[in-house]
Amino acid sequence: MSTLERDPGDGMVQVLDEEGGVVGDVPDLSEEEFVAMYRHMKLARHFDERAVSLQRQGRMGTYPPLSGQEGAQVGSALALAEDDWMIPSYREHGAALVRGLPLKQTLLYWMGDERGSLIPEDANVFTPAVPIASQVPHATGMAWADKLKNDGDTDRAFICYFGDGATSEGDFHEGLNFAGVFDTPNVFFCNNNQWAISVPRERQTASETLAQKAVAYGFEGVQIDGMDPLAVYKATTEALEKAKNPGEGERRPTLIEAVQYRFGAHTTADDPSVYREDEEVEKWKAKDPIPRLERFLRNQGILDDDRVAAVEESVREEVADAIDAAESTVRPDPSSMFEHVFAEQTPEIRRQAEEFARLREEYGDDAFVEE
Amino acid sequence: MSTQEQEATQNLTLVQSVRDALATEMELDDDVLVMGEDVGKNGGVFRATEGLYDEFGEDRVIDTPLAESGIIGTAVGMAAMGLKPIPEIQFSGFAYPGFDQIVSHMARLRTRSRSRYTLPMVLRMPYGGGIRAPEHHSESKEAFYTHEAGLKVVMPSTPYDTKGLLISAIRDPDPVVFMEPKLIYRAFRGDVPEGDYEVPIGEAKTRREGSDVSVFTYGAMSRPTLEAAEELAEEGIDAEVVDLRTVSPMDREAIVESFKKTGRACVVHEAPKTGGLAGEITATLQEEALLYQEAPIKRVTGYDVPYPLYALEDYYLPNAARVADGIKEAVEF
Repeated sequence: MSTLERDPGDGMVQVLDEEGGVVGDVPDLSEEEFVAMYRHMKLARHFDERAVSLQRQGRMGTYPPLSGQEGAQVGSALALAEDDWMIPSYREHGAALVRGLPLKQTLLYWMGDERGSLIPEDANVFTPAVPIASQVPHATGMAWADKLKNDGDTDRAFICYFGDGATSEGDFHEGLNFAGVFDTPNVFFCNNNQWAISVPRERQTASETLAQKAVAYGFEGVQIDGMDPLAVYKATTEALEKAKNPGEGERRPTLIEAVQYRFGAHTTADDPSVYREDEEVEKWKAKDPIPRLERFLRNQGILDDDRVAAVEESVREEVADAIDAAESTVRPDPSSMFEHVFAEQTPEIRRQAEEFARLREEYGDDAFVEE
Repeated sequence: MSTQEQEATQNLTLVQSVRDALATEMELDDDVLVMGEDVGKNGGVFRATEGLYDEFGEDRVIDTPLAESGIIGTAVGMAAMGLKPIPEIQFSGFAYPGFDQIVSHMARLRTRSRSRYTLPMVLRMPYGGGIRAPEHHSESKEAFYTHEAGLKVVMPSTPYDTKGLLISAIRDPDPVVFMEPKLIYRAFRGDVPEGDYEVPIGEAKTRREGSDVSVFTYGAMSRPTLEAAEELAEEGIDAEVVDLRTVSPMDREAIVESFKKTGRACVVHEAPKTGGLAGEITATLQEEALLYQEAPIKRVTGYDVPYPLYALEDYYLPNAARVADGIKEAVEF
């Protein structure tokens, strides 16, 4: 039976228990693929720790941490085929790196440099949306466009990420409703990390699960253990496959609720100790996706101390290099703010750009820049 | 080809010219599609998409669920993937549930993605009052959209311009908000060429040459303004009427040039006065042509009150009499 066909009472889909023991069907991945999954998760975690530290040192602006969510991000992103598309929120740095977004770009973006938004042409990643749930209708429109362009057929799927808070927004409803009505090849991936800044999941909805909301839109919803990367991989793979090749009478979209926890703050501007107990954090840390996968892979004979040490070493180097690259990038040319507004500058924007150039010429950049 | 052969024309109302532009461009470009509430079988509540459903099918003339944010948000996704969606909002007063999608995404995606993603979409919405409609059906809130960088805002006043501007908007690589003056959807007919042609976005049109005063207006208010100008001509006041046609980007050069000629100005729009575009036009003249100014610049606008129910809308909306009064004030100073 498909992982996606479950009753709400069946509980979450799980492959690994909290100790890394096998409790479900292990997805058919090669040894290399397992190690890659592990490495991506370690990379995302180390990147996250370094990013928070950079913010604390004043070397980066406000940053939204992802620690705790690596299993959901990496497990789902690895399930995507090359042609599939990812439509992220602002926290999916771990998923984006799997899809080929250089870490340097993510750093630049949070360092306040627009060039961080420049996604390589060969990476099917949409630019992150900050207003909550506003990317959900985009994902539906993108998937819909693909279907329309291919006369109702499609061989690509579009995964859209958002948090539990997003499910309270109108755009979540409208995006999923359109997806159901027009039967678009979408996977809606809810990173239910329990808190929308300080407001708990229970204040977002009286529904028993977020997954069950899919019923209202006429397609399947499934609740999975979001801190179990293998369960995430498995459910996402099946949802993507259904989006591209639905069975008789099946609707293409799926809502996945990946139950997880953000270990850190909503952003570095937030202090979670105000609204949640240490005890709760510790309880969830016991479910940490990284040691869980590591124990499984050690049990399988895929990882040992040497390989783990080698992964850690290479991850440290990769992040250090990305930080060097981002910090040694010269500040953007100030006149670039007048570009990329329209394909062609309007006369007024041109006039303002000229005036701006004159001011810089006359007073020098020191007159403008606060250090 | 002789000029006559080139210019086979039809005599269309403004709303028919909207339909004609959509059909013309959909015929030429398979990526163009229209979407919205009731735009399909019903042909739109104002019949702006009449017959398109039968002509182009349900995949290109799409009846959507009743959801403005969903309509605009999915159109953003479609446009990012290379289609040219033309979402219709039934009345501009109902656009607000989709406002976040307009200002946070339609206007910003090019900037945010450093031009990797662009949005060749046109958001159509009938605006303005005077048709005895219920509450929330008569607003004129173009200032919201002109204030947002990254959007172009077009407000035509003739059938000819409507078709040419809408075709330009569809071909524009950037998002355009196309606000249609529903008061004059069917008020008169005009010659509209068959086939495709463009009226450039961002260029004003002088509707009436004059030497005494410049009157700047756009959209539905072009009609009472021209009427007032003709009435005043009989009294010996020669008003120049400049129809902006596009309110963003605004044709500041045309505005300033006309003012330099006459030294006096009156600005007419039906939107409320405070924060309205008349203020922008006035400020532009202060910046660019102060020394040509012979009199205070007069603003004839809607009032700073919620748009009244229709028993009082004739008192709210500028008409030829109010416009004439404003012009005279500028001239007789």
